[in-house]
Amino acid sequence: MAPLLELEDVEARYGAIKALHGVSLAVGEGEVVALLGANGAGKTTTLRAVSGTVRRSGRISLVGHSLERRSPEAVARAGIAHVPEGRGTFAELSVRENLRLGAWTRRGRLHGEEERVLAYFPALAERIRQPAGTLSGGEQQMLALARALMARPRLLMLDEPSLGLAPLVVASIFAILRHLNEEEGLAVLLVEQNATLALEAAATAYVLEVGHVALAGPADDLRADESVRRSYLGY
Amino acid sequence: MAQFWQQVVSGLASGGIYASLALALVIVYRSSGVINFAQGEMATFATFLAWTFLHHGISFWPAFALTLAVAFAGGVALERVVIRPVEGRPVLTVVILTIGLLILINGATQWIWGGAVRKFPSPFSTRPIHVGSAAFSIQDIGIVGVCLVAVALLTLFFRFTKLGLGLRAAAVNPEESRLVGVRVGWMLALGWGLSAALGAVSGMMVAPVVFLDPNMMQGILLYAFAAAVLGGLESPVGAVVGGLALGVLLNLLGTYFSTFGGEMRPTGLFGRTAVRRV
Ligand SMILES: Nc1ncnc2c1ncn2[C@@H]1O[C@H](COP(=O)(O)OP(=O)(O)OP(=O)(O)O)[C@@H](O)[C@H]1O
Ligand SMILES: [Mg+2]
Repeated sequence: MAPLLELEDVEARYGAIKALHGVSLAVGEGEVVALLGANGAGKTTTLRAVSGTVRRSGRISLVGHSLERRSPEAVARAGIAHVPEGRGTFAELSVRENLRLGAWTRRGRLHGEEERVLAYFPALAERIRQPAGTLSGGEQQMLALARALMARPRLLMLDEPSLGLAPLVVASIFAILRHLNEEEGLAVLLVEQNATLALEAAATAYVLEVGHVALAGPADDLRADESVRRSYLGY
Repeated sequence: MAQFWQQVVSGLASGGIYASLALALVIVYRSSGVINFAQGEMATFATFLAWTFLHHGISFWPAFALTLAVAFAGGVALERVVIRPVEGRPVLTVVILTIGLLILINGATQWIWGGAVRKFPSPFSTRPIHVGSAAFSIQDIGIVGVCLVAVALLTLFFRFTKLGLGLRAAAVNPEESRLVGVRVGWMLALGWGLSAALGAVSGMMVAPVVFLDPNMMQGILLYAFAAAVLGGLESPVGAVVGGLALGVLLNLLGTYFSTFGGEMRPTGLFGRTAVRRV
């Protein structure tokens, strides 16, 4: 069976600067995959290559359908929700409008959808009319996640969801992710600086180094790996 | 006091026209980041089309609706064909392009319809209605009404429809909008279409008052700029309030301070009937 998402020999460039030098990775149905690496290794760029917000080449496919020539709009419609670095909510629009935009690609009625998603994020329900820009950092990250879930994506791509958040908020976000993965079979490609957290959440992990995959394998194996421990786990 | 209210109402009539055109400018500005200098000429062209429809025996409101539809399609097409290729270029490039469009559309109008000044029928009676000692022109009230209805419909569209939400999202954050699947390019085109239609409303409302000629909207565009800038360029509400306020203010200044008469009055024609009557 073909994996849900597959990257083969993907390159990406910003103008003349090449940021990915042939990245290959796969995310299976219902799988959480972590993408680790130092600053500037190309984690964000890998997600952007998938969503089409950076110039890329190579093969990218979602259940066998190739994505590498598609626009970001089309990738979203194919069922990939990308929560970018820095959350990227619509600051001027209300929480509810942000959620509605999350469901942009879906046709027909969305009865109960907002309630379903908000059940995970009670703090957002209380601020449904507030402009997203007035939310706290943690609330904005929750909104970004909630908005992505409104699309009922086949694959969720998260870029550093823990960035700048208090440990308690991070824990609750990861608890929600685990729940979604276990109960609803949501597949996640997770970029995370906090390697301990990421390796706990993920079944498989890839380590990027200057634009290529340096190491890959089951999260448990990587956790035990000497070099990973020294470089990313710090013990 | 009666004269004051008469002047306020006729000021609102010109204000409604500035407001619609100012709102058209703001919609384009918010989504494309440029002032569309051709907005006035697009409105004039649409109004000439309306004149042609009327000339072929179509009655006013059907011709009005038809013109809006054609203007909308024309606006969409202009964005796709002319503006799209320079998307992402420096703002100055795009602005110069819209100035080019201004000249081109003005030329096309002259070429198709000639430079002569034409009468354009009004859907409203020019009779006054009397309230106490004041006499308001039905035409003025009709103009304000049509402009405000157009603005209100557009507001409802932006506030309460999925497409309207997509347009706003694309305007405030195009990158993010793409990630949720909004086709930002089409949203820009849609914005141009709506602006063109709104401009056509102002053109068809002003033409019976100032008569129809290829340069009809040029002065009005200046007032619409002023109104849009007054409202902050980014704010649709600001543009509408700015337009109405400007219309009333200029009309009152023209009435009460003779030095502001004539040339300071918007095209010097709004409220002229009322002025003659008092
Ligand atoms: N917009 C850009 N223009 C030019 N170069 C860029 C741009 N964005 C990223 N790069 C370069 O591409 C490389 C990979 O960057 P990327 O953002 O993917 O790293 P990252 O792994 O996400 O790092 P971090 O952990 O700091 O977020 C870096 O060398 C970076 O300097
Ligand atoms: Mg990054």
